[in-house]
Amino acid sequence: MKKNPLSLQIKIDADDIKPLDKDIFLKDTEETSDVGFWKASWKRLRGNKIAMAAMFVIIALIIFAIIGPMLSPYKYDQQLRGSEGLLPCFAHPFGTDRLGRDLLVRCMVGARISLAVGVISAVIVLIIGSIYGAISGLIGGKLDTIMMRIVDVIYSVPEILLIVVIKLVIDDPLTKLMDTVEFFRPLQKIGAGLIAIFIVYGSMYWVGMSRIVRGQVLQLKEMEYVTAATALGAGKGRLIRHHLLPNCIGQLIATVMMQIPSAIFTEAFLSFLGIGVNAPMASLGSLTSEAMDSVFSKPYRLIFPALLISLIILSFNLFGDGLRDALDPKMKK
Amino acid sequence: MEFVQKLLRRVLLAVFSLFVIVTITFFLMNLIPGDPFMSEKATPEIRAELRAKYGLDQPIYVQYVRYLKGLVHGDMGNSYILQKGRAIASIVTESFAVSMKLGIRALLVAVFLGIPIGCIAGLWKGKVIDGFVRVFSAIGISVPGYVIAATLMLILSVQFGLLPISYNKPGGSVMPIIVLAMYPTCYLIRLTRASILEVLNQDYLRTERSKGMSEFIVIFVHALKNSLIPIVTYLGPLTASVLTGGFVAESVFNVPGLGRYFVTAVQNRDYTLIMGTTIFYAALIIFMNLVCDVLYQIVDPRIKIN
Repeated sequence: MKKNPLSLQIKIDADDIKPLDKDIFLKDTEETSDVGFWKASWKRLRGNKIAMAAMFVIIALIIFAIIGPMLSPYKYDQQLRGSEGLLPCFAHPFGTDRLGRDLLVRCMVGARISLAVGVISAVIVLIIGSIYGAISGLIGGKLDTIMMRIVDVIYSVPEILLIVVIKLVIDDPLTKLMDTVEFFRPLQKIGAGLIAIFIVYGSMYWVGMSRIVRGQVLQLKEMEYVTAATALGAGKGRLIRHHLLPNCIGQLIATVMMQIPSAIFTEAFLSFLGIGVNAPMASLGSLTSEAMDSVFSKPYRLIFPALLISLIILSFNLFGDGLRDALDPKMKK
Repeated sequence: MEFVQKLLRRVLLAVFSLFVIVTITFFLMNLIPGDPFMSEKATPEIRAELRAKYGLDQPIYVQYVRYLKGLVHGDMGNSYILQKGRAIASIVTESFAVSMKLGIRALLVAVFLGIPIGCIAGLWKGKVIDGFVRVFSAIGISVPGYVIAATLMLILSVQFGLLPISYNKPGGSVMPIIVLAMYPTCYLIRLTRASILEVLNQDYLRTERSKGMSEFIVIFVHALKNSLIPIVTYLGPLTASVLTGGFVAESVFNVPGLGRYFVTAVQNRDYTLIMGTTIFYAALIIFMNLVCDVLYQIVDPRIKIN
């Protein structure tokens, strides 16, 4: 048929209305439907070079902190007579401190304590925050309002100050409690200072987590895709596994990961104030702040623990960043 | 009207928070056994006399009410250990003037370095400069303040003799300011970068481009303006981080500011002074948070307080 030159009709060939290649759709949905949430996240994480490098550094640091002290001929509180204040040498690669303690093994133990502070406080925060936030979000109503007002108040208070104050106050009673009451005696090994740090973090840092969990619960309760999935016949199990958890757990894990470096950072600050872990126990924070006293005459004492603590916080920060990007499906391109 | 109501509620929350922190600190500090005169070589009679003089022999709730009354009038009691008998209010106001001078300069550095650098990194996402900025800012928020301070001292003062370690000499405030500004600058860089990236994905920018607006206007007038809004909320935490940075920077460089007082008070267990500085800091941070919440509301009417 000949086309009228003035006509606005578009010329359509048979080719133009052929069905699209199926592969195009498959390519689009590959990440979400068939591969599964964890695999897709892992794939995204693996693509992030910085995060992967950070992950290997973290693994190396964990090995250094946990296996390292077992391989060392010295103990972290062992005072070697006659080798006080040594410079780094073959027998003591990091040198010794003024009491003749090997600094390499002290750094390893310190890294262990710092990592423990980070991980355990993150777990405490996750537990308290999740329970509080979930109750608040699920029950709702007046209880929710009251619980969230409490959170508002704690949130608006500068936490670092209260952390210092609470730490100051509970240190002595806690030590006494562990000395006198049989039940708490096993805790002596960990030390009152460390337990006090956990209590302090547990009492202050859960607020942020509880807000996130509550927000997620409220949001997920109302989501259209949840209704849609239910309408399509999805059971409770499928709903939780395929819809609620993937949308919520990413943010939870990312927040928990971010909690770790901030806890280590705060412990270093407490050590600087002289209220960190108790001697002879060492954390990287206490090692660095001890070294600050003789920073001009013996700078090497500062360098190693300072490098380690910076490396730990840095790699956790970078890994946490990558993890958040990988786990948050909404950021997907 | 709605705005005024919300504002009122926000102010009430701030006042209530302050009240809570005053109460908590007061009772926590009073849980500590003993009194400030324990360490003194004094007979029990003299100690009892001292306790009576400062009203420490009265029941705790009487002391609490009196402390609250004093606070309203700007009286925080006296220091017992560090500067015997001196009013805490006078220590706080005098030393805070020093801290503020330092803090404001650090804040300015943070804002005028952090935001532009963050913008550059965001606009050139994925380029070499972006990678460089990201690594640098990640290091900046990861290294504890006193490590930065020590590194600066060892390199700039000991090795090259460029800057004096003592705060009183000319140029002595440079290193404290760098230490103070490091964390907030790097945090601002990351915040600005993330904010820019988010805005760049918005539909209205695509609309503007499709309308034929020049890239310059799209970026500098529309994108930047909107991406800077969330940064206002960081004003409160920014003050807080400069304060905590102040604890470290002032102690290391021996600056006679409130931060150093707080650290020495903690180390010497001068409980009234700790209490006073804590409450003062808390009031300041709560006030800054309030200000930036309200500012945020004014700048971005879409945001609801709470």
